[in-house]
Amino acid sequence: MRDYSVFDIVGPIMIGPSSSHTAGAARLAKVAATIADGKIIKAEFLLHGSFAETYKGHGTDKALAAGILAMEPWDERLKDSFEVAAEEGIEIIFTPTDLGEVHPNTVKFILTKDDGSVANITGSSIGGGNILIFDIDGQEVSFTGKYPTLLAQYRDLPGVISKVSSVLYEENINIANMRVYRNGKGKTATMALEADSIITETVTEKIRSIKEMNSVQSINPIVEGVF
Amino acid sequence: MFAASGEELVRICNDNHIPIWEYAIREEVIRSEASRSDVIENMRRTLHVMMDSSTYAQDQQVRSISGLIGGDAYKIKMYADKGITLTGDFLNRAMARAMSSSEVNAAMGRIVACPTAGSCGILPAVILSAGEKLKKAKDELLNALFTAAGVGIIIAKNATLAGAEGGCQAECGSAAAMASAAVVEMMGGTPEQALNAAAIVIKNILGLVCDPVAGLVEVPCAKRNVAGTVSALTTADLVMSGVSSKIPFDEVVGAMYKVGRQMPVELRETAQGGIAITPTALKFKKEIFKD
Repeated sequence: MRDYSVFDIVGPIMIGPSSSHTAGAARLAKVAATIADGKIIKAEFLLHGSFAETYKGHGTDKALAAGILAMEPWDERLKDSFEVAAEEGIEIIFTPTDLGEVHPNTVKFILTKDDGSVANITGSSIGGGNILIFDIDGQEVSFTGKYPTLLAQYRDLPGVISKVSSVLYEENINIANMRVYRNGKGKTATMALEADSIITETVTEKIRSIKEMNSVQSINPIVEGVF
Repeated sequence: MFAASGEELVRICNDNHIPIWEYAIREEVIRSEASRSDVIENMRRTLHVMMDSSTYAQDQQVRSISGLIGGDAYKIKMYADKGITLTGDFLNRAMARAMSSSEVNAAMGRIVACPTAGSCGILPAVILSAGEKLKKAKDELLNALFTAAGVGIIIAKNATLAGAEGGCQAECGSAAAMASAAVVEMMGGTPEQALNAAAIVIKNILGLVCDPVAGLVEVPCAKRNVAGTVSALTTADLVMSGVSSKIPFDEVVGAMYKVGRQMPVELRETAQGGIAITPTALKFKKEIFKD
């Protein structure tokens, strides 16, 4: 059974009109852009279910574009995100589709970066502005972005997890949850690690320097209050 | 971790001789590792956004992005000012507040999702109207928001708060249930009475579908916020008179969840059923998306 904060229920403070279709969409896109880790020049959004049916009316499209631009769900510029994206030269494409048996408010992000690489990230807006990321580049994951999260892709060899936890121990960061996913023994594995305190860039950099690491990103939770 | 059910919530409150709001604050302090004053300050910020959103569209006529709704909060306020209402100044001003937040939301303005944006008009309207009538200080309004949140957590854990999963009953129904419980505590009712109010509100809205015209959080959402507000306020009186819910809160929440699961997808926020596919609704949709 999930645990909730009182501010999950009475909150978030946000720009309307829909917590799942506007605020959740903005939050999802912001986390997806962080995972993509680089300068995004093109964002295609594959919209599923209710997102596919009603995205125009709920401003889901504007919210998704705003998230890619790193705007927060309570940012009053959210409704002008298309103009901002155009100014920054970011191409935005919306494609209604069917992603199968997933939550009704699901979007797959296809994010192209300036180095030509592409990141595929899929997540759902699960209500009240809360989100769940469940696929990164074909790898099944599961995290909500509510905790400081470390995402690492690495070669699946003995000792890697221990090296990561040693760095966190040195930095006095407590691990709240940790899940490891892999396609097969000795291949690429993905670690989604949720911590009790903010994972700074210094810590991220230390983990990045572990030799088995392919990519490492930290995603710190969105904190309300800066309007 | 927060109580898993209404029954557990009432038991903990009774054992410790505390209201729901006090329990909700204590749990939040534990889970967030923030100080009590930080938690309360966070809620104060929330209350201030609610005060703005519930007033703004009464003072000036706002228009939604689609142009479908707007200006109704202003109308209700002007009507209440004339002093010729049937149901009285109190209820009419509460309705104006609910309509105001809903209109601000539809105009892509800033609101508090409580529990969702589509139902953002109810809790502010109920808390602020009851607080004004009962001459409550701001701290007591904050307590009421904690009561509402506590009840909402139990609903979220055992059912859903999303229209796409449970229909409007899960959004406006939960909002009104949370608000009514909060007013009962504000009036000196027990935690058990607060949950009785929440149960009665949900029973009275059970089965309500989510059928937004043109897929927008405008029609019939704004007026359902008004209806939820009235239900929350009148149910608080019902419970304070001594009336209780024959079916316990937890069982009502369970029933709401099951009803939501039984709803076809057409009636869960997809704009493919109910009011959304009436001829007039389809005409509005065509006009709005004429590109």
